[in-house]
Amino acid sequence: MSMLHTVNKSPFNNDALSKCLQCAQPGSSILFIEDGVYASREGTTFTDSVKEALKDKQVYVLQPDLDARGMNSSLIDGIKTVDYSGFVDLTTEHDSVQSWL
Amino acid sequence: MSDAEQITKKFMYINRKAPYGTIYAWESLEVVLIAAAFDQDISLAFIDDGVYQLTKGQKTEAIGLKNFSATYRALGDYDIQKIYVEKESLETRGLTLDDLQHLVYEDEDDDYAEKDSIKLVSADELGKIMEEQNVVLSF
Amino acid sequence: MKFGILVNEGPYQHQASDTAYNFVKSALEKGHEIYRVFFYHDGVNNGTRLTSPPQDDRNVVDRWSALAKENDLDMVICVAAAQRRGIVDQGEMERNGKDASNIAEGFRISGLGQLVEAGIQSDRLVVFGD
Repeated sequence: MSMLHTVNKSPFNNDALSKCLQCAQPGSSILFIEDGVYASREGTTFTDSVKEALKDKQVYVLQPDLDARGMNSSLIDGIKTVDYSGFVDLTTEHDSVQSWL
Repeated sequence: MSDAEQITKKFMYINRKAPYGTIYAWESLEVVLIAAAFDQDISLAFIDDGVYQLTKGQKTEAIGLKNFSATYRALGDYDIQKIYVEKESLETRGLTLDDLQHLVYEDEDDDYAEKDSIKLVSADELGKIMEEQNVVLSF
Repeated sequence: MKFGILVNEGPYQHQASDTAYNFVKSALEKGHEIYRVFFYHDGVNNGTRLTSPPQDDRNVVDRWSALAKENDLDMVICVAAAQRRGIVDQGEMERNGKDASNIAEGFRISGLGQLVEAGIQSDRLVVFGD
């Protein structure tokens, strides 16, 4: 069983990302959407923990939300971008989805 | 409905929000009460500020909102037996299990012995339990 | 694959309804089935036909209605959440003695059991909220 976790909160404002990173199991995937995309950038206080997650999990970010926020540069190496179609594919490729609301 | 009843799935209801400040906690509980009638395998998880939903001693008269804290004690009667509280969320809030209501259910496989519904779990343990679920609902 | 969708936030205040819409639209384009879209919490506000956003903005409500019409979507508004927030169809108007109804085309009001049933019947349930 593998799970897709979505995070839609800025990590600076909410513990959703931190708790998600503690709960997510090796082999699972994390997708940043909406304000969650701010966690995908190099040089933040959360960069190290995202890089740690990348060692045994896939991390994705929703490109349209990155674009909307002008956050298209300095993506952490190893994070993959997806569009809405890719988001749908991620939900089908995993057994279940947990939205960190 | 008859089709639905033949399928049993593992449902987890995840609560990460404190009560009263917003309506999520109460409306989430309303879903759980309805869901109990569907004969599915239900568990609840309380994480981050969600642990505040379970505290003892809530008194809401002066704010004029309905006090729904007693409803959590009724969950056992709805045959909801698995209530996971994430350990670190409690600890970082200066709380222990003693600060939470004592939630129990009657175990029909054990001569209706009264058992604790709340299980204290680490984030990693909770993550493993989450992965076993078919449907995860968060509010 | 069969999807159930839960939308927990209203239009405009939060991006959740937009993200859910884009997800559903994409899933349909890819040939997936949407078993049901369930609107809960302030999400019920996605179903009032009385919104009139500025001309240069998207119309979140009309967009859902149009998508439902094109794809025969089942869009359900939770009755308990709707009653609290004043989202009313003809039946609710009569039952509760209100002087108007405001439900938008393509939405229907029903109970929370419809959400649980969507969880049981769908291959994936995806939640959009705050």
